[in-house]
Amino acid sequence: MAFLSLEGLTKRYADVAAVADTNLTIEKGEFVSLLGPSGCGKTTTLQMIAGFVDVTEGRIVLDGRDVTHAKPSSRGLGVVFQSYALFPHMTVADNVAFGLLMRKVAKSERDERVRKALSLVRLDAHAERYPRELSGGQRQRVALARALVITPPVLLLDEPLSNLDANLREEMQYEIRRIQREVGITTLMVTHDQSEALSISDRVVVMEAGRITQIDAPYRLYEHPRTRFISDFVGKANLVGGRAGSAGQQEVCKVGEGDFQLSLRPEKIRLTEVGQGLLDGEIRTRFFLGSQWLYRVETPLGELTVVRPNEGSLPLEDGTRVGLVWSTELLRPLEEDVRA
Amino acid sequence: MKALRGYLLTGPAFALFAGLLILPLGLTLVLSFNVFDYNTGVDADAYTLDHYAEVFGDSYFYEVFFRTLWISALTTLLCVLIGVPEAYILSRMKAPWRSVFLILILTPLLISVVVRAFGWSLLLGADGLVNQAIQALGGNPVKLLYTPFAVVIALVHVMLPFMVIPVWTSLQRLDPLAEQAALSLGASQATVMRKVVLPQILPGVLSGSLIVFGLAASSFAIPGLLGGRRLKMVATLIYDQYLAELNWPLGATVAVLLLVLNLVVMLTWNRIIERRYKKALG
Ligand SMILES: Nc1ncnc2c1ncn2[C@@H]1O[C@H](COP(=O)(O)OP(=O)(O)OP(=O)(O)O)[C@@H](O)[C@H]1O
Ligand SMILES: [Mg+2]
Repeated sequence: MAFLSLEGLTKRYADVAAVADTNLTIEKGEFVSLLGPSGCGKTTTLQMIAGFVDVTEGRIVLDGRDVTHAKPSSRGLGVVFQSYALFPHMTVADNVAFGLLMRKVAKSERDERVRKALSLVRLDAHAERYPRELSGGQRQRVALARALVITPPVLLLDEPLSNLDANLREEMQYEIRRIQREVGITTLMVTHDQSEALSISDRVVVMEAGRITQIDAPYRLYEHPRTRFISDFVGKANLVGGRAGSAGQQEVCKVGEGDFQLSLRPEKIRLTEVGQGLLDGEIRTRFFLGSQWLYRVETPLGELTVVRPNEGSLPLEDGTRVGLVWSTELLRPLEEDVRA
Repeated sequence: MKALRGYLLTGPAFALFAGLLILPLGLTLVLSFNVFDYNTGVDADAYTLDHYAEVFGDSYFYEVFFRTLWISALTTLLCVLIGVPEAYILSRMKAPWRSVFLILILTPLLISVVVRAFGWSLLLGADGLVNQAIQALGGNPVKLLYTPFAVVIALVHVMLPFMVIPVWTSLQRLDPLAEQAALSLGASQATVMRKVVLPQILPGVLSGSLIVFGLAASSFAIPGLLGGRRLKMVATLIYDQYLAELNWPLGATVAVLLLVLNLVVMLTWNRIIERRYKKALG
């Protein structure tokens, strides 16, 4: 039995559907990410689950209970907002204690649970500080502790890491995953950062223009993107055309010329001597990414992106002619994009 | 050198400040110690504490000061009770309506206080609209004009924008998501107001109430026009001393005492609030 399920969930503002006919089921203890470009309806979906936005159509069922029209305060979900939304006039401890105070938990138990929650997010030492005396990452962890301390059935995170710099973000991704595993809490996280979604979730839900277009485990999503949009949005992708060849074999061609489209991940292409690959090309530019080199190679199929690991030797110069090779089963057929 | 230039640059503003505020205040202070005689007038060279003794020794002055104090305090309280929810509703309004209502709240500032006071006296007079309505409904006419009620209601009307604006400004800085966070943590709407919104807009309420109290305590036109001859407030009393009695030193004394009283009340109020919320408000 699904723990949280959205059934045909729809939200319309005037005539525009911000979220249209969304179906999703989440199992107990699962970590699911909602991934999509800006304005695709991620926040709206999350807010409907939290109860801050009225549902136009459809149902939300939480642990067997229909909560579609329940008040936010009666759903008891833990919500972490993009801007943290801490109470600036309360200390860290008071912020975390707020939900317990609302539940009339006795003082001694309250203190104990606040202490535990703060040590879970490693902020024991800062209990008496005010939010403005904390760094961004620390505030984020207070928000997390505040949501977790009420032991909610579901944790909702709205782009919790988007305000942090790259290093801190990575550290916090790890933290969130650690805490989620430790507590075993069912979690739905909104993000527009594909690497974040891939690295910490059990399943990723891709949303486009108010609709879900793919739900898969991170590895499957990356390896088998369903549409052209997803192949571009999740990781980098080369797009080539495909058509049925003479011997029943599939043939590649330029994008516009084929009967269907194929996606080829840049790291799946290897470089060899001229004439020894499936086709030849000339290196236009290269970019150094630290652990990898990214080449843009001009070929008869158009410009292809190739990523090679940095193995300590000097990279190929611009203008070098190379052969390109890949195994054909790594070409992934794509469906037409869904357009709203 | 640099410091000197800094002082020089503040010169014009300082001159204005000194000329328009410090100098008249100083002269008023000096005047309050000058000897006064009904036949010869003010003697600028002789000094005395008689006027202070007179004020402190006469229960009439106590009565007027006390009345000023409670009318101002009540006005402030009513402005808080009306202005804070008003500002909150205003801040939650959607785009076109918000500016429309904000302007509606501010337009009274563009009309002279005297005109508005006359408006109220037309409404509240013995044959005013209110009494006509009461009679039409079969009731007996009530004396409204020249009562503290008339003064307070008109003062609240005039002072409300001075409460709404600072509260509105501090509401602008509020994160609406913090309210949603509180709701999701199980708080009722009333608890959100009490525990999340109010504490954060307290600085705005504080400055609003300081402005309202200060202006109400020194208000002149409204008690003058709606309080009548018998219901004196301090400012109208000062006016009487200057222009009816021609006893300028006594008027100056009352003015100085009003200033001191105002300062004491405001500073104490500020101190109390700050001590309670200092850490939280930063
Ligand atoms: N109150 C509203 N009134 C009208 N339209 C709205 C309202 N709130 C959101 N929308 C529209 O609904 C769509 C989805 O908005 P939503 O905030 O869910 O996007 P999002 O996926 O969270 O984007 P982002 O990544 O930028 O946060 C947007 O096109 C937005 O313009
Ligand atoms: Mg959003």
